[in-house]
Amino acid sequence: MTRDGRLLRGVVLVAVGLGLIAPITLGLWQTARAAFGILPALGRDTLSLDPWRDLALLPGFATSLRLTLVTGVGSTLLSVLMATGFCAAVHARMTPAAGARLLTPFLAIPHAAMAVGLAFVLAPSGWIARALAPLAGWDRPPELATVNDGWGFALLVGLMVKEVPFLLLVILSALGQIPVARHMAAGRALGYGRGIVWIKIIMPQVWPLIRLPVWVVLAYALSVVDMAIILGPSNPPTLAVAVTRWFTNPDPAMILPASAGAILQAVIVAAGVALLIGAEAAMRRAGRWWLRRGGRGLSAEPGLRAASAAVMVLMGLGALAMLSLVVWSVAWRWSFPQILPESWSLRPWGGAHDGWMRALANTGLLAGATVAVSLALAIAWLEGEDRARRTRAPWAEALIYLPLLVPQIGFLFGLNVAFLHIGISSGMAAVIWAQVVFVFPYVMIALSDPWRALDPRMIHAAAALGAGPGRRLWAVKLPILLRPILTAAAVGVAVSVAQYLPTLFMGAGRVATLTTEAVTLSSGSDRRVTGVYATLQAALPFAAYLAAFAIPAILHRNRRDLTGAPAHEP
Amino acid sequence: MSLDLEALCIHAADGTALFAPLTLHVPAGSVVTVMGPSGVGKSTLLDSIGGHLAHGFRLSGKVRLNRRDVTDLPAETRRIGLMFQDALLFPHLSVGDNLAFGLPPALRGRAARRAAVDAALDQAGLTGLHDRDPATLSGGQRARAALMRTLLADPAALLLDEPFSKLDAALRGDMRRFTFDHVRARAIPTLLVTHDPDDAALGGTVVALTGHPTA
Amino acid sequence: MKPALIAALSLSLATPALADWQQTLDTARGQTVYWNAWGGDERTNAFIAWVSTQTQALYGVTVEQVKLTDTAEAVTRVIAEKAAGQNDGGAVDLIWINGPNFLAMKEQGLLHGPFVADLPNAQYLDLGPTSPASVDFTVPVDGMESPWRLAKFVFSYDAAKVAEPPRSMAGFADWAAANPGRFTHPVPSNFMGATFLKQALIELAPDAAVLQQPVTGAAFDAATAPLWAWYDALRPNLWRQGETYPENESVQQQLLNDGEVDIAMSFDPASTAAAIADGLLPETARVFVPVGGSIGNISFVAIPYNAAHIDGAKVVANFLLDPATQAHMQDITVLGSFSVLDPAKLDLAAQAAFAALPTSDALPTLADLGPTLLEPHASWMTRLTDEWARRYTK
Repeated sequence: MTRDGRLLRGVVLVAVGLGLIAPITLGLWQTARAAFGILPALGRDTLSLDPWRDLALLPGFATSLRLTLVTGVGSTLLSVLMATGFCAAVHARMTPAAGARLLTPFLAIPHAAMAVGLAFVLAPSGWIARALAPLAGWDRPPELATVNDGWGFALLVGLMVKEVPFLLLVILSALGQIPVARHMAAGRALGYGRGIVWIKIIMPQVWPLIRLPVWVVLAYALSVVDMAIILGPSNPPTLAVAVTRWFTNPDPAMILPASAGAILQAVIVAAGVALLIGAEAAMRRAGRWWLRRGGRGLSAEPGLRAASAAVMVLMGLGALAMLSLVVWSVAWRWSFPQILPESWSLRPWGGAHDGWMRALANTGLLAGATVAVSLALAIAWLEGEDRARRTRAPWAEALIYLPLLVPQIGFLFGLNVAFLHIGISSGMAAVIWAQVVFVFPYVMIALSDPWRALDPRMIHAAAALGAGPGRRLWAVKLPILLRPILTAAAVGVAVSVAQYLPTLFMGAGRVATLTTEAVTLSSGSDRRVTGVYATLQAALPFAAYLAAFAIPAILHRNRRDLTGAPAHEP
Repeated sequence: MSLDLEALCIHAADGTALFAPLTLHVPAGSVVTVMGPSGVGKSTLLDSIGGHLAHGFRLSGKVRLNRRDVTDLPAETRRIGLMFQDALLFPHLSVGDNLAFGLPPALRGRAARRAAVDAALDQAGLTGLHDRDPATLSGGQRARAALMRTLLADPAALLLDEPFSKLDAALRGDMRRFTFDHVRARAIPTLLVTHDPDDAALGGTVVALTGHPTA
Repeated sequence: MKPALIAALSLSLATPALADWQQTLDTARGQTVYWNAWGGDERTNAFIAWVSTQTQALYGVTVEQVKLTDTAEAVTRVIAEKAAGQNDGGAVDLIWINGPNFLAMKEQGLLHGPFVADLPNAQYLDLGPTSPASVDFTVPVDGMESPWRLAKFVFSYDAAKVAEPPRSMAGFADWAAANPGRFTHPVPSNFMGATFLKQALIELAPDAAVLQQPVTGAAFDAATAPLWAWYDALRPNLWRQGETYPENESVQQQLLNDGEVDIAMSFDPASTAAAIADGLLPETARVFVPVGGSIGNISFVAIPYNAAHIDGAKVVANFLLDPATQAHMQDITVLGSFSVLDPAKLDLAAQAAFAALPTSDALPTLADLGPTLLEPHASWMTRLTDEWARRYTK
């Protein structure tokens, strides 16, 4: 009865296993071999701990490590606190749909583009300083380290500008599954303040629903490369950037300590996640004791207000950063302390014409292909679960999250070598494959909840009316789920457009996308051309989100039950 | 036409049976009502008869339709209609297309299919609502549309899962009569699960489903 | 002018070489050459795009620029391919390269060649044993890489804000003390930052001649002691107290334009004039070099041993040496990079083409640029940047 279900599930599992998990394992294995001294290409074939000793002795290693921990863990914890506080303060006034619309630009814009914009907004010669210049009487930029600062503060802020909106969306959609208003009423009737009800009653229910996304945020923040290059300190940089630089050092022998660094990066992420699990357990114990004490502590309100204010400031910074990209892309001469360009020009758009058209085409092609593959795989997976009438096993859930938790730098070099070994040359196909590894999990996460939220009795009704599995899928499920499917596709587009390291490594640099070009150009002197690329980089995913809102609204304009907000987005 | 259950029993993943084995004969055109406390597995019983049983449950015994064993057939080939407390009209299709969804493929020709749907709409007092969004119908209209959709599929048996419980009291009686009249007119063996005694009162045989002693 | 020149060129070639070259041209037709070149400079990118249109029209060879953030990326790529045993059909056809990256690839046997002598346009080069076209950071080129643009280390500053720039490398310490926070240099792991240190080393070393020999521990300590004393005095007065550095010279040029620093540096004497024309520096920006002269070297292109399109790459390398190409490249409105050709070997028409190029206030003459200092042996650069990192990266 469920044979075709088993077959489909088997095919999908093999595809995910061979296509997504095997490359990561293989890449990690190759990197780990190099980390322990085995790299036959350089004539190294004895097991040794030398790469680790060399790594520890590299100048600035300890500082890099500290920077990584401070910016990664710090930005994640602060982002979670702020996003939670903000939700506690505004939840009653904001529907998930309104939240999604407000947050979409922040989710759509890739990290690199946001970093380029923020670098200009925050710099001592940047927009904020220019606005203050007449008041402070500055004719030269003040000598303040506001970006690339040695503490990594600018990077911390940059990460939070991207992570807080993501967490807000995750928390808002989690709250949609909890009867918040009734719990709030019940709690307040017992004499607890709004903030305390939030901490003692709501958050313990929300946390299990947002735990995995928080892990993903932590893993990302600990291993981010593009944003850290643009906003982080350079001497020394964070560990992920340092490892990337060591991999591309003229001295090939550096690949060995670089591999050790890449494995260390993976260990740090694992330790970070373990720390979160430990903290969760400790909080649960301490929290229970605190709950039983029954303190009413009415004073959480100032904290919530501070968190809300901080979120507003972050969103303001992010909005300014996005605006600055557009302004730069149409500027000609724009020097300190002018708040607007002295002369305007469309030349950056025309001048880079051949360049950006091609990068845009490549980016579009990659996004289209990776999203198509990922979506097909995700639908096949979910349909396989339906046909086998099973729910998802925890190990399968872990399989999906794995690519998001293993730092890219940890396995990309090894994967590149492995790909070449089995005769897959660098290029478009290899990039598509490498991107699917990261796009598929997000598409899967975005689609899983709405897919399972579909009333199974609706599908039973279709079956009882004589519709076979194929007709149930094509004529019932897919049309009803059109909006979440398109939203998942938009998420996939955003993830694909933002991929930097996989595109760089697997494309042998030949596959020029908006992101690789924007990061390369951000190390150049022309903010105007960078502005063009970063604007396009943000525009493409934004257009995808817009389409995900508009297409169902048009196709289902006469279907009231389908024009509501999408049930979930990551 | 008849629906027969022979020592039907459902076991959970850990092997425990949900209820004592059930043997039941539902003759054509009659409604057999199954009553029982909530949680005893009434909906799961209907799932097993219709072929929708979730993974992890194991079925013993037989389901026979017109004496043919359908226990191992996939749901879409059993020709067993299903009605729930919610109408569950497909939200992306118009009212008419919802009804047309169940029409057997053997009925050919656009005009013939459209005529069958329109006739069903007329019978259900839904004349002229062919192109309407199902979300804009009233509760009673939705329930009648759902019944018509099920009947257009020409079911050999009908399973009703507390079909009237979400309707308000006045409507409930009308809908119950409307449903039972159609069932009898078409001589469809019908199994109804409910905890509403009024549902049972109008039907024929009443069977009590009792939980397994260890459950 | 170009087709005529090419025609003239073909006629003047010796027959056996001509036959070989014709074979190269035939094989190259239809190939796409993946040129791995640093992509941080839009004008260079535009020039490479122009090269592609020209080679397509003339030879049916398409050039695709693979834009790098660092040349070492291309080296790593070839190493990864070698590691995987991919000894032909490699992803990299041509690399813009010199210095340590060249040394690394040469030593690892990762380069194709020698091939420069086979290029018809090599006749315009001075390939004498001590010529800058024959020695890359004191490493003999041995025909394994072909020159394409001349680089000479220069500083740029905003004349409207700085009355008197430092006149020597030693003078930078005093200047920075008088103008704290107004000067910096790219991080020495970057090529330009390393060049800044080397420029200072040549001026400050007790005996600059040792720099031409491979480095030894004793020689390094003796030669660099004055450098570190000077740098210790300079560093506290650098931008951000020397705690962070711009990633490369382009970022520093942006800092100059933003007014965050007063001095930038470049390996391209024409870059300041070009940046003014591009709206990337104020009109008042000017160029200066220390009185003792500055480091000069030539940028090369090399072909990896496993390149998929070796013949196409040779055609492109040859095209870059065409006098018409070099004159176009030296045009301030195009790229403004000085020619690598030996003026004495050019015919009158080519010389006239160079003489007719436009000028600008911010464009130094060859006389302004002063003497050219030789690059130290490549091993000094590695040692110097390692030691700098050891001392100042905490």
